[in-house]
Amino acid sequence: MDSIILLVGITLMYSTPLIFGALGGVVSERSGVTNIGIEGMMVIGAVSAAIASYFTGNPWIAFLVAGLAGGLVATLHAVASVSFAADQTVSGVAINLLAPGLALFLCRNFFDGAAMSPIVTKLPKVLGDSWMAGTVWSNLNVNVTTVMALLLTLGVWFVLYRTKWGLRVRAVGEHPAAADTLGINVYKVRYICVILSGVFAGFGGASMTIAIISQFTQTAISGHGFIAMAAVIFGKWTPWGAYGACMLFGATQALTVLLGGGATVIPSQILAMLPYAMTIIVLILFVGKSVAPKADGVPYIKGSR
Amino acid sequence: MNAVIKFLKKPIASSLLAILVGFIVAAVVLAVAGYDPIGSFAALFQGALGKPKYIANVIIKATPILLTGVGVAFAFQTGLFNIGAEGQYIAATILSSIVGITLDLPAVLEIPLVILAGVAGGAALGAFIGFLKARFGIHEVITSIMTNWIMLYLCNFVVMSDAFHKPNSTSALPIHSSGYITILHEWKTTDAAVDALAGVPWLREALLKTDLNAGFIIAVLVAVAESILLARTKLGYELRAVGYNKDAALFAGIPVNRSIVLCMLISGAVCGLAGALNITGIAPHTITLLAAQEGYGFNGLSVAFIAGCSCVGCIPASLLFSGLIYGGMSVQQVMGAPSDIINIMIGTIVFFIALPAVTRRIAEWLERRQEAKAAAGDAALPGKEA
Amino acid sequence: MEVSSEYAVQMHGILKKFGAFTALDHVDLDVKRQTVHAILGENGAGKTTLMNILYGLYQADEGGVFINGEEAQITSPTEAIRRGIGMVHQHFMLVENFTVTENIILGDEVCGAAGVLDMKKAREEVLAISQEYGFDVDPDARIEDISVGMQQRVEILKALYRGAEILILDEPTAVLTPPEIEKLIEIMHDLTSKGKTIIIITHKLKEILESADECSIIRRGVYMGKVDVKESNETDLASRMVGRNVNLKVEKTKAHPGEVLLSIRRLTVADERGIDQVRELDLDVRSGEIVGLAGIDGNGQQELVDAICSLIKVKAGRIMVGGHEVQNTTPRNVFEHAVATIPSDRHRWGLVLPMMVEENTVLERHGEDLFGKGIMLDYDKLHEYTHTLVERFDIRPSGCEQERMSGLSGGNQQKAIIARQVSYVPDILIAFQPTRGLDVGAIEFVHKTLIAERDRGAAILLISYELDEVMDVSDTIDVIYHGKIVGSFEQGTVDEKELGLLMAGGGSQ
Repeated sequence: MDSIILLVGITLMYSTPLIFGALGGVVSERSGVTNIGIEGMMVIGAVSAAIASYFTGNPWIAFLVAGLAGGLVATLHAVASVSFAADQTVSGVAINLLAPGLALFLCRNFFDGAAMSPIVTKLPKVLGDSWMAGTVWSNLNVNVTTVMALLLTLGVWFVLYRTKWGLRVRAVGEHPAAADTLGINVYKVRYICVILSGVFAGFGGASMTIAIISQFTQTAISGHGFIAMAAVIFGKWTPWGAYGACMLFGATQALTVLLGGGATVIPSQILAMLPYAMTIIVLILFVGKSVAPKADGVPYIKGSR
Repeated sequence: MNAVIKFLKKPIASSLLAILVGFIVAAVVLAVAGYDPIGSFAALFQGALGKPKYIANVIIKATPILLTGVGVAFAFQTGLFNIGAEGQYIAATILSSIVGITLDLPAVLEIPLVILAGVAGGAALGAFIGFLKARFGIHEVITSIMTNWIMLYLCNFVVMSDAFHKPNSTSALPIHSSGYITILHEWKTTDAAVDALAGVPWLREALLKTDLNAGFIIAVLVAVAESILLARTKLGYELRAVGYNKDAALFAGIPVNRSIVLCMLISGAVCGLAGALNITGIAPHTITLLAAQEGYGFNGLSVAFIAGCSCVGCIPASLLFSGLIYGGMSVQQVMGAPSDIINIMIGTIVFFIALPAVTRRIAEWLERRQEAKAAAGDAALPGKEA
Repeated sequence: MEVSSEYAVQMHGILKKFGAFTALDHVDLDVKRQTVHAILGENGAGKTTLMNILYGLYQADEGGVFINGEEAQITSPTEAIRRGIGMVHQHFMLVENFTVTENIILGDEVCGAAGVLDMKKAREEVLAISQEYGFDVDPDARIEDISVGMQQRVEILKALYRGAEILILDEPTAVLTPPEIEKLIEIMHDLTSKGKTIIIITHKLKEILESADECSIIRRGVYMGKVDVKESNETDLASRMVGRNVNLKVEKTKAHPGEVLLSIRRLTVADERGIDQVRELDLDVRSGEIVGLAGIDGNGQQELVDAICSLIKVKAGRIMVGGHEVQNTTPRNVFEHAVATIPSDRHRWGLVLPMMVEENTVLERHGEDLFGKGIMLDYDKLHEYTHTLVERFDIRPSGCEQERMSGLSGGNQQKAIIARQVSYVPDILIAFQPTRGLDVGAIEFVHKTLIAERDRGAAILLISYELDEVMDVSDTIDVIYHGKIVGSFEQGTVDEKELGLLMAGGGSQ
């Protein structure tokens, strides 16, 4: 029983950054822009949250700063992939090369050359920081970011499927030329979606450094953005599908923690591979069955169709 | 003006422009952070080219990223994005170390076996990624990243395992010295060598203070061979056809899935060779605990892009990057500015490489301006209207 | 021509350049209100460019546009829509996985508070217009599930929903069955009687005669004048379009068929969704004859060709090539049995556009010793070989061997594919939509080549969505409907009406 509670608690905790990242992926790809740079945007979010929390002492401001920073980095991707019709994979990779360097540079610059930040103020837990402290039940007192991820999923779903903006975003991702002929500004829609995806990814990074752990380290974000992208595919490019997929990956991570903590014979390094191996296995089983938005990854050039 | 336009339309222009922008962005970032950009760049060049030892080290450090660069460029020319170079590199170091620790044979056997083990490791991992793409249609970028992390933890597992761990350290046992490819590695520490080299200070420094090895020559040969393979053989023709247009290749009877696996296998083998050469050529001649990705694979990506994905072009590009990375360490020592500025610079360069449209648009803009000027000139001529 | 409110649309002196290429060279257009006005021209003549300017997708470099006698600056589709212009593109601008209603309201949505969609009200509005014009579309159906004719009506509804008074239809009949074409012409006349003005872009002469009041002709970007359709005929229109007297008839001698080379028995093939597209189909093609397969797009033609080429697995049945079963093998194996195929989509299946012309001409046979011993590819041999093909088939520009394939015009790209396939001296030649998007001159060339191959003794299977082409070129005409052959005729023993009926599923079977 205790271990089930623990499992649920840790699953919710670890899935949270992934959910933010995956929602970013959903929003960007639904508008037709592949965003491999989610990872880099999460890293930037992670470092700026830690820095902002350290200097303001207010984790809420830090959370917003992280979103802003992620959005700024995403603007680069938007310029490249929307305005310059660049190869979206290359541009995303460039962001993934740029971001860790920038993150470490900022970290060292603000913290006297250290590759990790000091311990900073965290966001609160949902039920207050001392609820049932010391008992296993405290594991269910999740981070406030976990609830925010749930609400954001609901919000993204509502906007995508129940409002005119969502209809336009989906149309742009499926058939940009059709949207264009109806007076919808394809470039504008894509810019907004890509920048929003960066904001969400920034939140994801923050929910790692100022909610799960309480500092920035070089490995705080290690492949989370890519696992989030796999979750987008596994979740068939829908917000709830991605949410569920992230839960599954979170559970894998939780299992790693649980098994690693006990007296199991499996070495910790092998356990650490589990989330990554799981991602590949899930993709093998499901990738053929999900259909990406038709124009995903294809730059839109006016007049060519 | 015409010469400028013509130059801007060449592919190399966008590479050079990207490098320039990389330096400018780095300078701005440094200045904003309160460091002197000029001084930093001076330290960078001094640190990369200031002494024979530095130059030797730049060449040594260029070896693995030249090979991973060639691996990535090769795959890219055939339509595949091998971002898994990092994992293939690590896989190779693991296997090379295991073979080198386990076997103790004469150098003529030990060296090829250790290297072959690494190459096979990289090739197998590459082929696995290719297989997942061909058989299940999974994008190679995601599987590549996942295998990168899996390999990192596998490396740590091997390092810490009872059979290979070197007590009281964070590394595995070194391979047997018969597997070393360091140039004159036994002779150069003898008294005779010290005497002999005393008269040639630059050579003494380059040999004695570094791990100068035959790796770079091998890497250059591989780069040339891959270029020929792509451009002049039937296999290269097929791989390129598949890369440009899978459907047309399939229609023409070229086995597309086999090509994808084969391409990733070759690419992985080259990245594996990078790892194997580092184990045989560079101290401590074994794997160590990894806290984060070492970056050989990712730097390979940068090298490949700056080279315009030409295998031969990777040779100068790898020297450039090696110089930046190696020289970048002095920036921290001399100026106190974080050496991560180099990664920002590299990221910026790759980002601008991704925008070939920029130079083209500049060229077109110049052309239009010139035309407009010419037209205005025409209109100014009296009687032209009639 | 005077600018006057008698005219719904007037475009005067329109100049449009793309780089160094002049697409439209001072073209004029005057469309009277409440008429059907045709714009006639060959592929690439600039018809669609002109209409894209009217619809605000492109901007003219020079010239003026007048709507109902008023000068109009149409800088975007939004502006065009505001001025009552609607356009139905040749390739439908419909989001396939959206419903009819979603497609119609897109960009002009029916909303409640804060941008929340009111789908119920939207559905009612769509239904109301649909009924007003007797369109009979299901507002809840997904686009991917409805017929092409129905999709076209959705496109027209989209324009009407936005209050269009002027409708532009780009090649509206290209994808329709003969009965659907009749229905469309009926709809067009109904719309003009209700006050709308219609512009149709087409290169099909017969339909202009049946539907249009006036016709403007464009040849290579140059305006060739306007004719009153009532006082014109097919030959007159054709020669004005092409610029010389054209022979609309294909010249050929009687066929002398030999033994059966391609024999298909009870073939069943499913598409990727698992739905049977070819159903127990039987087909024979003999040496020295052209068998033409008439049918509407989507009746199993693609799956049939894919199955013959072994690109997809067949569910049941046999494909025999010269007595050997080749189904469910590999494309390579089929090719080695002397089957050559001209694919329907040259950019997707036929060519590797970024590669050089000389690399493209050996796509299937680069492995032969002729092009280099062992593993090496001998580019000198490639060059030599390609040079002879370029000369023989007049692929332009001459000396293009080392240019990228993407730099050639559509017609020359198609010539390169045909040159390649014919150079294999195949026993069986499959020609799938071989003249798609080509101009009259290139079409003549393709037809002549097919007939020459027939006379050499090859068995030729011609699959085309252009009924005229099938009727003119084939010795035997088979009709495919719903994955089955529903009728087989010798050339000259059947008329268009009967074939059209069969193609639409109206046969007695």
